[in-house]
Amino acid sequence: MEESIQLQVSGLKKKFGAETVLNGIDLDVHKGEVVVVLGPSGCGKSTLLRCMNGLEAPTEGIICLDGAAITSGGKNITKQRQKIGMVFQSYDLFPHKNILDNITLAPVKVQKRAKGEVEQQAEKLLKRVGLWEKRKAYPRELSGGQKQRVAIVRALCMNPEVMLFDEVTAALDPEMVREVLDVMLELAGQGMTMVIVTHEMQFARAIADRILFLDGGGIVEEAPPEQFFTNPKTQRAKDFLQTFTYEKRNKIPSEIESFERRN
Amino acid sequence: MPDSGINVLFLGKNFLRLLEGLWVTMRISLIAVILSIPLGILFGMFMTLKNPITRTLSRVYLEFIRIMPQLVLLFIAYFGVTRAFGWNLSAELSAVLVFTLWGTAEMGDLVRGALISIPKHQYDSAAALGMTKAQTFVFIIVPQTMRRLIPLTINLTTRMIKTTSLVVLIGITEVLKVGKQIIDANRFDYPTAALWVYGVIFALYFLACWPISSLAKKLEQRWR
Repeated sequence: MEESIQLQVSGLKKKFGAETVLNGIDLDVHKGEVVVVLGPSGCGKSTLLRCMNGLEAPTEGIICLDGAAITSGGKNITKQRQKIGMVFQSYDLFPHKNILDNITLAPVKVQKRAKGEVEQQAEKLLKRVGLWEKRKAYPRELSGGQKQRVAIVRALCMNPEVMLFDEVTAALDPEMVREVLDVMLELAGQGMTMVIVTHEMQFARAIADRILFLDGGGIVEEAPPEQFFTNPKTQRAKDFLQTFTYEKRNKIPSEIESFERRN
Repeated sequence: MPDSGINVLFLGKNFLRLLEGLWVTMRISLIAVILSIPLGILFGMFMTLKNPITRTLSRVYLEFIRIMPQLVLLFIAYFGVTRAFGWNLSAELSAVLVFTLWGTAEMGDLVRGALISIPKHQYDSAAALGMTKAQTFVFIIVPQTMRRLIPLTINLTTRMIKTTSLVVLIGITEVLKVGKQIIDANRFDYPTAALWVYGVIFALYFLACWPISSLAKKLEQRWR
């Protein structure tokens, strides 16, 4: 089992000034595994992902991809990042390039692949997410959901070994969330190794092999999705899940009365 | 028909002289613009450095040039420098010098603004795709900066062309000065000449600046 560990995080600590954002994270992500990271805002989920591809340098600890350490300032970092695709909340397509150029830019310029071959792959991927007709459009002409699907394709076109998703549906209108999540479900079905930060609980439950619950910069609970959602072990996780359920409150008669009197 | 001021324009070489005056204006401003743009781009990149010393230096330069009226700068360059250092700068050279210093400061600030207006996420997503800093700069940051800069740069160019009318005050005979000479020389025969001469100067300035600003509009639309 040891050699199937693709991404290994050990003793990861991250401080911004005096503030400790991550306080000792240990995590092994196996090949083909989908890990979903949950937690309240500000718990360090995004920072964890950003450390995983060297956008943030760890204060302490080490992150390895296929056994080789990722060091954000190091020379190999651009090589390693090619193996780690990342998709952000705000899509971040390049506004001055059309959709096809957005996708082919890095494979051609960074990986030095032949343009024709990259375009073939881009065509296949764009057709898969239903956006081949939009290849000549500019990002500003697309909806949020379409932009996010393009961003996923852009990352996939680098043939990464691992994909990181940082709250990719958080900025989308509700009816556009689905189209993006479907793409991710398909990807998981094909055996892509994925680490996902999300607030979509139903989705997390459906896609995850393992749930990681973070709070206060540490892992509070780690469990298979069914167990986490139906029977969380920690009180903190119970409280967190409670915030996603609502109960109808009965209106109190005296308040209705005073409301009517006031109007 | 002693009073038809329009005839002044056709007397002798008057119209040609006005055009020559315009050429002086354009020569000074275009040389200054052509020097200011590359220097301003360098200055703008210099201003985005995080080093506190370079920050202070560039801040002082920018504020000094901004706060000083261009006329004062012209006087300092033309009269002051000669007195203080014994350099004998010609009027036109001092004008080019001052307008280049001014243009570099203004252009630098535009470049700085355009550079810092690129969202941090553009850098992140380029990095996440494995691009080096140089590749990010060449493929992502510079093209986006250029698009933002072109309309602003052209606006600055027309401002510089207009502001060169100040050089008359250090004795350069440019289009306004020529106009004044023509009016003065014909004051008794054509009392209404002023309207026509200044009208023509207005038209000349318009013809010089309008193509430049319509070019800006076109580029802006294309690169929205």
